[in-house]
Amino acid sequence: MFTVLLAIGVLLLLALIFGGILGYANVRFHVEGDPIVEQIDALLPQTQCGQCGHPGCRPYAEAIANGEAINHCPPGGQATIQALADLLDVEAVPLDGDHGAESAAKVAVIREDECIGCTKCIQACPVDAILGAAKQMHTVIADECTGCDLCVEPCPVDCIDMVEIGVTAQTWSWEKPQGIAASAINIIATDRQTEVTH
Amino acid sequence: MQSPQIFSFHGGIHPEENKAQSLQLPLGRPSLPSELVLPLGQHIGQASRPLVNVGDRVLKGQIIATNNGFLSSYLHAPTSGTIAGIEERAIAHPSGLSDLCMVLWPDGKEEWTELNPLDNWQAQDATHVLAHLAQMGIVGMGGAGFPTQVKLQGASKSPLTHFIINAAECEPYITADDMLIREKTAELIEGIEILQHLVKADNVVIGIEDNKPTAIAALNALLSERGSEIQVAVVPTKYPSGGEKQLIQLLTGKEVPSGQYPADIGVLCQNVGTCVAVHDAILAGKPLISRFTTLTGDALQAPQNVEVLLGTPITHLLDYADSDETKLHRLVMGGPMMGYTLDSAAVPIVKTSNCILAATKKELPTPNPEQACIRCGMCEQACPASLLPQQLLWFSKSQEHEKAEHYNLFDCIECGACSYVCPSSIPLVQYYRHTKSSIREAREANVKSDLAKQRFEARKARQDAEAAEKEAKRIARQQATAAKASTKATPAEQAEPAKAPAAAAPVSDEAKKLKIDIAIGKTKLKKRQKELLAAQEAEHLEEIQALQLQVTEQETQLAALEARLSKISATPVVPSSAPDASREKAPVNDELKKAKVDVALLGVKIKKLNKQLADTPDDQETKDKIAGFEKDLATVQAIVKKLGTATAPATKAAPENSTAKAPINGDLKKAKVDVALLGVKIKKLNKQLADTPDDQETKDKIAVFEADLATAKATVEKLSVAPAESSTAPSEKTSSNKATTASAPPIADDLKKLKIDTAIAKAAVKKVEKALKKAEEIQAPEADAIRQQLVEAQQRASDLDKALADAVNGTKTTDSTATEAKAEASVPESSAAEAKPSTPAAPANADAAKKRKIDLAIAKAGIKKAEKNIALLKEQGKDEAEITASEWPAKLLEAQTKLAELEAATDAQSQENN
Ligand code: SF4
Ligand code: SF4
Ligand code: SF4
Ligand code: SF4
Repeated sequence: MFTVLLAIGVLLLLALIFGGILGYANVRFHVEGDPIVEQIDALLPQTQCGQCGHPGCRPYAEAIANGEAINHCPPGGQATIQALADLLDVEAVPLDGDHGAESAAKVAVIREDECIGCTKCIQACPVDAILGAAKQMHTVIADECTGCDLCVEPCPVDCIDMVEIGVTAQTWSWEKPQGIAASAINIIATDRQTEVTH
Repeated sequence: MQSPQIFSFHGGIHPEENKAQSLQLPLGRPSLPSELVLPLGQHIGQASRPLVNVGDRVLKGQIIATNNGFLSSYLHAPTSGTIAGIEERAIAHPSGLSDLCMVLWPDGKEEWTELNPLDNWQAQDATHVLAHLAQMGIVGMGGAGFPTQVKLQGASKSPLTHFIINAAECEPYITADDMLIREKTAELIEGIEILQHLVKADNVVIGIEDNKPTAIAALNALLSERGSEIQVAVVPTKYPSGGEKQLIQLLTGKEVPSGQYPADIGVLCQNVGTCVAVHDAILAGKPLISRFTTLTGDALQAPQNVEVLLGTPITHLLDYADSDETKLHRLVMGGPMMGYTLDSAAVPIVKTSNCILAATKKELPTPNPEQACIRCGMCEQACPASLLPQQLLWFSKSQEHEKAEHYNLFDCIECGACSYVCPSSIPLVQYYRHTKSSIREAREANVKSDLAKQRFEARKARQDAEAAEKEAKRIARQQATAAKASTKATPAEQAEPAKAPAAAAPVSDEAKKLKIDIAIGKTKLKKRQKELLAAQEAEHLEEIQALQLQVTEQETQLAALEARLSKISATPVVPSSAPDASREKAPVNDELKKAKVDVALLGVKIKKLNKQLADTPDDQETKDKIAGFEKDLATVQAIVKKLGTATAPATKAAPENSTAKAPINGDLKKAKVDVALLGVKIKKLNKQLADTPDDQETKDKIAVFEADLATAKATVEKLSVAPAESSTAPSEKTSSNKATTASAPPIADDLKKLKIDTAIAKAAVKKVEKALKKAEEIQAPEADAIRQQLVEAQQRASDLDKALADAVNGTKTTDSTATEAKAEASVPESSAAEAKPSTPAAPANADAAKKRKIDLAIAKAGIKKAEKNIALLKEQGKDEAEITASEWPAKLLEAQTKLAELEAATDAQSQENN
């Protein structure tokens, strides 16, 4: 009888010790928030345009974490889809055309002499990139504009243009070489040819 | 003097040197070109900011652009002449893009600006000398154009073990540094000594490749003659020993760790060209306006080194070196290994251009097509940075940026050694450059998206806080009104005795407001005066004038306010009929309030019962109750209406028009609110009706409400007409002078409003059109509805346009009549001796003239707009044209006639004035 009690006692003690360690570890190494949502959110372009059908990028990140498709963000385009696919270990699918097409980076520009100072665009801008006051001329802080398009619609006099950000000598980047496929000469005659030139 | 120890670095190649060609001729000095093009971004960092304007004459060496931040540089005029433009020009850049440049037309006089050498540089503070160097526009002339003073500052942070002068010049073809050492040995040594003093380095080594014997001999001769401590380290010829990190390794045996700078291991590197420029800047006071450049390549008949002014177009240099257009195959800026092909020869020489290579087809043949990597490992053998080029190629091709970075892609110096040795002729460096720029872009995008996220979250937090605050306020208000209602219910009769002070209240209220205004005005005045004082001290002339104006204005305003206050505080002593009206009004208002409260209570009760009824649809009792309450409600509402109309005439009877307008406005507002409320109620009921289509009761209710709505609308109309009348009435009564001033601002306001409305309506038309187009594209069934909307919107826009035109006309006619009236008025006034003679007439005339001018401008703008629109419509030639085409020409005609009229009027007026 004693041995049985002893065994139970020892096991109980062990259980208590490990329970204590686990409990401490849980408190000590506690992870704040939902890390996967954070990670997804970090990959989204933060344009906050709502084209994905969510009021901002974070809500879409939450939706993705809950199983929504990863191809609903046009500003991010294929690059973002690829990154999301890598993160979530799912297949990269083409962009869902229902949510819009990928387009060149743009920035909003207010034709300032036509602005009537209604402040409607300020209320629409998700990142506070528009400067102005009631009945005063408004303007867009180009560096802060994400090009989300949201201020264009509310403007009652249609004085906001979305202007493409062109390439300057400072922002220009090297092209990728065309690679092997572009060459017509092959070392071995049996190499598969993509294109025949004579 | 013992020669220093030479170490070695990994890899490296031995391409054909091709340096002899450009050393056959002595140093050349090309003539002045017809124009110099000076890009504002010749260095790493922010582009310079222009300091002179187009058309300005500048002297040789004058600063024409200043630095634009910490990492930036100055720019100087290379010769005297005129600034012909500040515009986009093609620059020497691998992209072939253009950038902002200053264009200078030389006048050939070579007139120097005043030079300020820093003679006693040994005695000067290091920061002072560095500032001087910055102002002389000195940047690193070896490669990237890093501002020299920034580099020196970074080096002076930690003690230096070595100060290395880079004279290796390892790249094939280039001999500019070689020639510079031969030509300017003394200047070079002195420049090195200045820099040595600045950075307090003991160990100064000149690293030079053994393929420059003449230069080495010249250096050694001069150094031993001066007894200098500076050492000359002759390194074996191997590409790329001139790379900063490679040369450091050669001379010190130390490797610069990945991601760090030479300064971190106590080494500073400077190019020979920079040292000479430092000498010129300190001892001669000459800014960096010229440099040594190698012109070479088989397409040139006279390859040579030249000392050339910055901004000289390359075409000019090619002519100077007798280029053979037929042989020229590729024009390269820089050497064959690290240079880049130029699309156009019109680009200018900048501070970092060390070589122009005009190569024939044989010299630089088109590269062989790329083949697959065979993993031969030759690139790894050649890489001076000890990287694994084939791995980097792999990751670059598959866009695995993280892995590429992990394999130290950013340590690649883009020397091209790997591409040179690759048997598969893979353009490896191209891949790395592309990957590097994509990574850089991604980083920038990340920074931007982080910023956007921050701002988005900050905005959300702010909005939430605002909403919470509003909610809290709303709850507080609710509680307050609830408390008030409970206290008010019992002492309803107490309101009687409180009437007398209530009558006095409005006057004292006004007085209070005025007092507050005065206080505000006084503080403002004080502030302005303070500012004025400060401005006077600082001697800002323009500010002083502006502030003076503001102060006087404020003072007059204050005086006016004080006058009004004294008048008002005087009025309560002689209470006229006005208080009577207000006293009468007070009880009526009280009753009205009570009745309204009753209405609200009854409404709530009815709602409750209705809910009950929904639960128990057959309960006859509740139905009866509802009917009873509804009857009560109707009677109370009737009372409310009666009282409401009673207050209206009462207030109308008030003696002063100005005070009468306010209550009418209040009524108007109330009536409008009523209309809106009734509308909402009807809508709700309609919804109910939709749910229970056979409910006769709701139908009846709707009918009742609709009737109410109609009456309410009628009152709104009546009331809105009333203020108009009241506003016109007094203006007729008062003198003609006042009439114009009083009626002008409201008209102007209306006009503005109308304009804005018109703009909005037009935008709406545009939007609807867009929607229609989209709908038509997808053949949506709503297209018809949208079309209908479009027609409506267009109608509205044109209506508003017309109204606007009418309004503009109206103001004009009233203006003209007013001015006529004024003119008439001024005649008797001037004749009457006792009235202020003629002085008020002059400003009135001036005002009228100004107004007329503005009108003229508006009319002209109208014509232009109409013309533009017509042109546009013609261009489009669409169905909209049919709708509006008839309208614009008419408008144009109208505007033109108006303009003619106005012009005639102005002429007449000016003649009259004369
Ligand atoms: S579409 Fe993309 S950028 Fe726009 S809100 Fe959604 S996740 Fe953000
Ligand atoms: S300015 Fe317009 S386009 Fe730019 S971020 Fe704001 S709402 Fe979007
Ligand atoms: S280009 Fe880069 S990878 Fe190639 S050899 Fe030079 S340093 Fe090495
Ligand atoms: S040298 Fe060329 S073929 Fe050889 S391993 Fe390097 S990349 Fe591949």
